[in-house]
Amino acid sequence: MKLDGLPWARHWPFTGAVLALSIFGVAMIYSAGVKNIPSPVTEGIWVRQAIVLLGSILVLIGLSQIPSRWFEWMAIPLYLLSLGVLAVTLVIGTGSGTAEGMRSFLTVAGFQFQPGEAAKITTALALAKLLARKADGPEHLRDLVWPVAIVGAPLALVVLQPDLGTALAFVGIFFAAIFWAGTPWPMILFTASPGLSLILSFSTWIWSAYFLSLIVGLYIYRYRLYLVESLGVILANLAAGAIAQPLWNSLQQYQRNRILVFLDPDIDPQGAGWQLVQSKVAVGSGGVLGKGFTLGTQKRLNFLPEQHTDFIFSVVGEELGFVGTSLALVIFGYLFFRMIRLAQAFDDPFSGIFVFAILGVWLTHVVVNVGMTVGVVPITGIPLPFISYGGSFLLMSWVAAGLVVGMARDVR
Amino acid sequence: MNKYHHHQRRLRAVQARIFVMTLLGLLVAVFFRAQVYRSADWSLQSESNRLRPLTLPAPRGTIRDRAGLPLADNVPGYSVSILSAVPDSMLSTLERMRQYLQIDGDRYRRLEEQARAGGPQPILVSVDAPFEAVAAIEERRAMFPRVLIETRPKRRYPVGEIGAHVIGSVGEINQAELDSPEFEGAEPGLIVGRSGIEWQYESTLQGEAGVRYVEVDATGRIVGSFRGFRRVEERPGQDLDLHLDRELMEWIHHIFPEGMGGAVVALEVETGGILALYSAPSYDPNVFAGVVDQEEWDRLNRDPQSPLFNRTISAKYPPGSPMKLITALVALEAGVITPSDRMPVACGGGYSYGGRLWRCWREEGHGSLDLADAIKNSCNVYFYQVGLRIGLARMLERVNDMGFGGRCGVDLPSEAAGTYPEGPEFWVRRYGYSPREGEVLNLAIGQGPIEQTPLMVAQYFLAVARDGSAPAPTLYRGAPPREGFRFDVSEEALEVVREGLRRVTQQGGTAYLSSLEHFDLLGKTGTAQSVERRETHAWFGATAGLRGGEPEIVVVALVEFGGGGSEVAAPLVARAADFYLRGQHGIPRDTIQTLRDYINARRNTAWALPTPEAR
Repeated sequence: MKLDGLPWARHWPFTGAVLALSIFGVAMIYSAGVKNIPSPVTEGIWVRQAIVLLGSILVLIGLSQIPSRWFEWMAIPLYLLSLGVLAVTLVIGTGSGTAEGMRSFLTVAGFQFQPGEAAKITTALALAKLLARKADGPEHLRDLVWPVAIVGAPLALVVLQPDLGTALAFVGIFFAAIFWAGTPWPMILFTASPGLSLILSFSTWIWSAYFLSLIVGLYIYRYRLYLVESLGVILANLAAGAIAQPLWNSLQQYQRNRILVFLDPDIDPQGAGWQLVQSKVAVGSGGVLGKGFTLGTQKRLNFLPEQHTDFIFSVVGEELGFVGTSLALVIFGYLFFRMIRLAQAFDDPFSGIFVFAILGVWLTHVVVNVGMTVGVVPITGIPLPFISYGGSFLLMSWVAAGLVVGMARDVR
Repeated sequence: MNKYHHHQRRLRAVQARIFVMTLLGLLVAVFFRAQVYRSADWSLQSESNRLRPLTLPAPRGTIRDRAGLPLADNVPGYSVSILSAVPDSMLSTLERMRQYLQIDGDRYRRLEEQARAGGPQPILVSVDAPFEAVAAIEERRAMFPRVLIETRPKRRYPVGEIGAHVIGSVGEINQAELDSPEFEGAEPGLIVGRSGIEWQYESTLQGEAGVRYVEVDATGRIVGSFRGFRRVEERPGQDLDLHLDRELMEWIHHIFPEGMGGAVVALEVETGGILALYSAPSYDPNVFAGVVDQEEWDRLNRDPQSPLFNRTISAKYPPGSPMKLITALVALEAGVITPSDRMPVACGGGYSYGGRLWRCWREEGHGSLDLADAIKNSCNVYFYQVGLRIGLARMLERVNDMGFGGRCGVDLPSEAAGTYPEGPEFWVRRYGYSPREGEVLNLAIGQGPIEQTPLMVAQYFLAVARDGSAPAPTLYRGAPPREGFRFDVSEEALEVVREGLRRVTQQGGTAYLSSLEHFDLLGKTGTAQSVERRETHAWFGATAGLRGGEPEIVVVALVEFGGGGSEVAAPLVARAADFYLRGQHGIPRDTIQTLRDYINARRNTAWALPTPEAR
C-alpha cells in the first residue's frame, strides 16, 4: 500500500502539527514534574500522557479510515447518546484532581473520562448535519433556532456540572459552525447580542449605549428581519441584562473571584489573584529565551498553580521564554490555517461545518487558556489542546483530529 | 444563493484566516509585552518570590588587654529560627519546637505575636540554643521543614567573673531599644552590650550585619543551597585594646580575701590608664552571653552580697584618712602650710575647738609633727589645724573645683557621683542649719558627709604620684586623654607628701608588714564607718615604683568590713603592686611578696630594715 493512499499521511501538515503539539505537551508535562520538592501529583505523569498519546495516534489512524458519510449518518444518535451520558454524569459524576467540586467525570472500568469532551464532538457532528441541510445557509434568525437548541442542550448540562470552561467551548462550536454555514455577519452579531448584553450589564451607562446601538442596527437591517425576530432579539437582550445580577449572585464565590481578579488581581491575593499574579510573574520572568527547559523557578518552587494542566502555558513562558510561547502560538496558527484550508477544499457542507466547529473548540481553548496566563482573559478552568495534562482531553482532541482527517480522505 | 460555491467558501476562508490571525497575533503581542518589554519587573518579582533574606550577624569586636590577651571574644553558637510562612504553620512549628527547646513564657508570647503579624523576615526563636536542642531538632528535620539552624557568633569571656563588672556583658536587643533611634534598622535577635565596656563601646564593637538569601518554595520551605546568592558580607565589629592587665586582674582575684566584698583599682601613673578594676563578689558574664536563664538572673539579683554591683565605680564609701592627702594638697597649694611647718598645738590625743574636744584616733597622741610624719601617722590633730588654716569656704570651693562631688569620667556606664558638700547650703538642705567653721575639721580628715568611689580615691594617689594632676582614668587605650584635676603644688612639697606615705610602710609605719623587697610602696591606710555593721570598711591606697625611682602604679583597695586598713587591705595592695612591678621590671614573680610573707617563710628580711646603712 502506498503511503500516499493513507489520509493521515497525505495530510501530514495537519497531523504533523497535531503530533508536534502533543509531543511538545508531553515534554512540558515532564518539565512540570521537575521540582525542588517532588510532588506525587506531577512527578512521572508525563509517562501516562505519552501512553495516552500513543493510543491516540492509533485511534486517529483508525478513525481516518472511516468514511465521513458514516459519521453524518450516526451524528444524531451519537449526539443523543452523549446528551444522555451528560445527564447521567450530573447524577453520578465526580470531580477529579483540580476540579474537585464538579461533577464532570465518569469512571468506567477504572478509567476516568469527561463526557463533556466527547459531547463537543457529537454536538459538532449534529450541528454540522443540521446546518448542512440548507445549502443557502441560515438566512433568518429563525433558521438558527434549531442550531441554538442543539448546542444549548449540552451547554446547559455542562453549566450545571458546573464547568464554565467547557461551556465556553460549546459557544465556540456554535459560532464557528454557523459562520461556515454561511450565516451573514449581522445575523451572527444579533445572535451573540444577548451574551454581550449580559457582560455589559455591569454598568447601566455602557449597557444603555449598547442597547441603543443594537436598536439602530436592527433598524438598518430591518428589511432582512421579521418583526418577531427583531422583537425576539430585543427581548433576549433585555432578559440577559435583567438576569445578569441574579446570575452573578448564583455564581460560586471562586467563580466571582476569578472574574473580579481579572479586573484587579489585588482583590484576592491569596486565592484567584495569587494564581494570576504567579502566572504573570512566571511568564514575565521568562524573558526572551526563558530560564531553560525544566529550570523555571516559579514552577520548581510551586509558586505556579495547576502547572501541568490549566497553567501549563505559564511553564512554557517561564522556561522557553517569548521564543517558546510565540513558537507554540505559531504552530497552533498553522494548524488552524490548515483546517481552514481543508474546509475550503470540501465541496461537502457537512465536513466543512464540522471542521469549523472543531476549529471553534480549539481556538476558544487556546485563546482563553493562553490569555488567562497573562491576565487578558479571566481565569477559566479550560485546558490547552494537545498540551495540557489529561488523558480523556488529549484522546478526544485526537479523535476530533481523526474525524477531520477522515473527512479529508478524498481531498487532495 | 449557494453558500458552498467555491467562491463563497474562499471568501469565508479569508475572513476566518484574518480572524484567527488577529486573535493569535494579539496574544503574541501580549506575550511580547510581558516577556520582552516588561520582563525586568517580573524577573524582580520572581526573585523576591523565591528568595528570603537572612541576616548574617556580625561578630562583635574582640576586647583585649594591654598585652593583647582576650577579655571578650567569640565562639560559634547556634541560632534557631522559623522561616516565614502562613501564621498557622509558624505557630504549630513553634508549638512543636517547645518540646525540644526551652522557650520561656514571655519570649514565647512575643514569638507568637511575631508569627501572627507575618512578614518576610524569619522569626528568631533562639539566639543561643544548646547543642542538645539543636541536635534533637536536626534529627527531626521532617517535623521542622521551615526551621533554620545557623551558627552565629556567641560572646565568650575567657576570664569569666574576674572581669565581669568592667567588661560587662551582652544580651539580646529588647523592644524598647528596637524602637529607639539609636538602634535604627536593628533586627530582633541582635546582640548588644548590656553593661561595662560592652555597653560603653557598643557602636565600636557592634559591626554591621550582612544579608544572605535562601531559596524557598511557595510554602516557605527552604529548598536552595544555604550558601545563597547576592550575599552582602557582614562587617565584623572593631577590636578594642584596653589598658587593663588581664594577668594582674587574675592575680588580684587570686589574692582577694575569700568570701569578702570589696573593690581593687589599679592605675598606671604615667597615663592614668586603668590596669585593673576588680569588684568582689562577682558573677560569670558568660551566662548572659546568649539567652538569659531567668533563674540565674533572679538568683544574682536576690543575692544579699549584690554580685552584680560594681563596687569600683558604683559604690560609695566614706573616704576616711586618704582624704587627708587632699587636705594636704589644698593647704600646700593655698600656701597656708609649708612641708616643714609644725602645727601650733601638738597632738595629745585631741584638739579643742568650738567648745568640744576633737579626738585623734590615737588616744596617747602623736606629739608635734611635720607634714610627712603627720601623713605617716595620719594624725587627726595636725589635719584639724590644717583644715582651720584653709577655712571652710576655701576647702569647699577647692575640693569641689577638683570634682570630688561629681564623677571621674571613666569610660564606663553607671559610675556613681561622689558626695561632697557643694557649699554651705548643703548643711541647710540636709540638716537644717548653717555650717559652723568647725565642719572643716571633719572634712579635713575625710569624715562628715563625704562619700567617694574607690576609683575616685585612687585618683587622690594618682595626683600625689604624678605632679599634682590626675587625668580622668580610662580603659580604652584609644580614648583621648582628659584632665581630671590638678593641684598647683611644687615638686618639693609633693615629695614631702610622698615621704610621709613612704614612711607608712617603713619600720614604725602602720603598714610596715606590707613593705616590699624590690619596690617602694607609698601607702595610706584608712577606715570607713559602715552604716549597717559596727565593723569598718578597710581602705588602703598606695603608689609604688622601683626603690628610689618614680612611682609607676597606683593601687587602691577597699575591703568591706575589712577592719583597719593594714590587716587585709594593705597586703592586698602591696601584693598587687608587687605583681605588676615585677612583671614590668623582669623580676621573677613570687608568691612570697610582703615583709609578712618573708617572715612567715623565714626568708632574709634585711631589705626591710629602716636605713640603707643597716641593710
